[in-house]
Amino acid sequence: MTGYLFLAILLFSLTAFYVGRSAGNGFVTANGRNVHSRPIYHGAFAAIWVGVPTLILVLLWLLLEDSVIEQLLVASLPASLTDGASPAQISLIVSEIRNVASGRIFSEPSPEIVAAAERYASWGMIARWAMVVVALCAMALALFLARTRMAPQFRARQAFERTLTIMMVFSATAAILVTLGIVVSLTYESLLFFSMVPPTEFFFGLNWEPQIAIRDDQVAGTGAFGAVPVFTGTLLIASIALLVAVPLGLMSAIYLAEFADARVRGVIKPILEILAGVPTVVYGFFAVLTVAPAVRDAGSLFGIAISPNSALAAGAVMGIMILPFISSLSDDAIQAVPRAMRDGSLAMGATKGETITRVLLPAALPGIVGGILLAASRAIGETMIVVMAAGLTANLTANPLEGVTTVTVQIVTLLIGDTSFDNPKTLSAFALGLVLFVVTLCLNVLALRIVQKYRERYE
Amino acid sequence: MDQMTNTRFDAVTAAPHNHSTHAKVVGQDVNVFYGDKQALFDINLSIGERQVTALIGPSGCGKSTFLRCLNRMNDTIDICRVTGKIELDGGDIYDPSLDVVELRARVGMVFQKPNPFPKSIFENVAYGPRIHGLASGKAELEEIVERSLRKASLWEEVKDRLAESGTGLSGGQQQRLCIARAIAVSPEVILMDEPCSALDPIATAKIEELINELRENYTIIIVTHSMQQAARVSQRTAFFHLGVLVEEGPTDEIFTTPKDQRTMDYVTGRFG
Repeated sequence: MTGYLFLAILLFSLTAFYVGRSAGNGFVTANGRNVHSRPIYHGAFAAIWVGVPTLILVLLWLLLEDSVIEQLLVASLPASLTDGASPAQISLIVSEIRNVASGRIFSEPSPEIVAAAERYASWGMIARWAMVVVALCAMALALFLARTRMAPQFRARQAFERTLTIMMVFSATAAILVTLGIVVSLTYESLLFFSMVPPTEFFFGLNWEPQIAIRDDQVAGTGAFGAVPVFTGTLLIASIALLVAVPLGLMSAIYLAEFADARVRGVIKPILEILAGVPTVVYGFFAVLTVAPAVRDAGSLFGIAISPNSALAAGAVMGIMILPFISSLSDDAIQAVPRAMRDGSLAMGATKGETITRVLLPAALPGIVGGILLAASRAIGETMIVVMAAGLTANLTANPLEGVTTVTVQIVTLLIGDTSFDNPKTLSAFALGLVLFVVTLCLNVLALRIVQKYRERYE
Repeated sequence: MDQMTNTRFDAVTAAPHNHSTHAKVVGQDVNVFYGDKQALFDINLSIGERQVTALIGPSGCGKSTFLRCLNRMNDTIDICRVTGKIELDGGDIYDPSLDVVELRARVGMVFQKPNPFPKSIFENVAYGPRIHGLASGKAELEEIVERSLRKASLWEEVKDRLAESGTGLSGGQQQRLCIARAIAVSPEVILMDEPCSALDPIATAKIEELINELRENYTIIIVTHSMQQAARVSQRTAFFHLGVLVEEGPTDEIFTTPKDQRTMDYVTGRFG
């Protein structure tokens, strides 16, 4: 029924649009050019007035309906059921009533419950119909009001544009509010964590064994929350990824921007950008099944023992993953250097190589650095490849041939299985998440700053 | 500039026009195509040494295209094709064995819009000497930079801020910086493609004065849209129209007693 209601709102808005537009057309026929807004704005104005408030009304109704009915239901229950019951017990009763009302009967319900279920069902029905009636009335009223306001001199265009502006502001703030919500929840849980584990241990401790017992009968580690091995692991893998991606990406960008002719470029660039669209799980397969064994075999060739989960394999594959960011953004940066710079250098008798290294790259450097930083924050935030290829054990090492773990991987492992949000094991995930968030945020801000500075460069 | 005095003279006999000075650059039957479109038709023009030759004509007449042939900057345009012969001191500049890097060191260029590199003033001027290895040490490089900036009459204005960015200068200063950059590699010929079109009258006057001074040491070929400018700075003028060289001669003759009706119409402002 709700679906039909939304359809009805849409149809009503369309009708309102035609009503408004024909009213506008009427003004034009009657007054000629002495009309403020064009008919189409009268139509849009009427459609928005009919559609938007009703839509908001219906959404609010759907949001509040359930809790209102529930409260009425609890109030109407006989005292024998609710006396002395805890909130948890009451919510159990309510869900039993709901189950009975929707026909899912597990055990023979008591007569009180059956009566309550009938009430619940009928109230739900009433609420739905009331909503439809109210919505239709609201739309009719809105159409009437909008139509009475319309006149040749009515500023329908301004009214419509103002409403659009408000809707756009609302959309923009929605994203900001969500971000704020994330930050607040992360900070709150992290503060809880730091009240159990001192920040000094978290930031400077060298031992990471967070798998503590949640129930008394579990056998588990003692719990050590020194996050340094996790951070160094992240740093190690991200550095390997950048070591792979920066030279490859830069070289391919220079080739694409300066040497490739248009046809080759038209083929290579989209293919490189496909790399950015490959799901990271697929990169994970590639790392586990292809790169890691290859690395191990290469190691045994030289007599070096390499663990099957090595930071090298994970980092190398991650480097391939972030390659398109670097090559594509660097290519754009190099192409954005004005042709006059190229010509100026070539006319001095510089070779193509000299022009690239002495003029183009320095001029494009801010854009290139911006691309590298964006790629770095991708690498730091990447999870799947590391889970699959680099292992789960926190290991304080700078040796890329050993397995390490990263912040994101630890967050995943901390939050699967038995979780309850009152022990340091689970809460430490939020502290890790907060650190990660702050680091990538800083990198992104830095990257955007540099890119902005670059934009001002030649104008 | 001592290499200028021992110019080879064989080009002079081939020159279609008789000049008071030796022909430095000679174009014979030059045709230029952009894809299927022909931009220049059988241009025969010889340009005298150490004087200013102005190329004038309405937009799209091919004068800039001809200018860009002289240091082979047209090579950077994929679809551009040049036929005919262009000689610099008697040597064919389109000879496959000739290194374009060396050619461009001998034939410098100043562009329409000032295009200093986003580097310091010093680095802008030092760019050419560095890539061609003209200075053996830091002191020599500094000397070249100072001499070039002096020749471009920019030294007094920038000597205290050589480390600042070249893009921070005013438009006229930027253009003189580009001229300094071009003469830092001691070219023999300087090509100027409407060097004053982006400048105000005062900056333009300074550049014109500079061109007059540079004429003593360099062969200058300047493309200009301003007929007053051509009259002020050049000794000889060539008039291009629709890809054809219509007329070439001493500047005062071109502006007072042109032989061709089209030239007459253009210089008197009847079209263009």
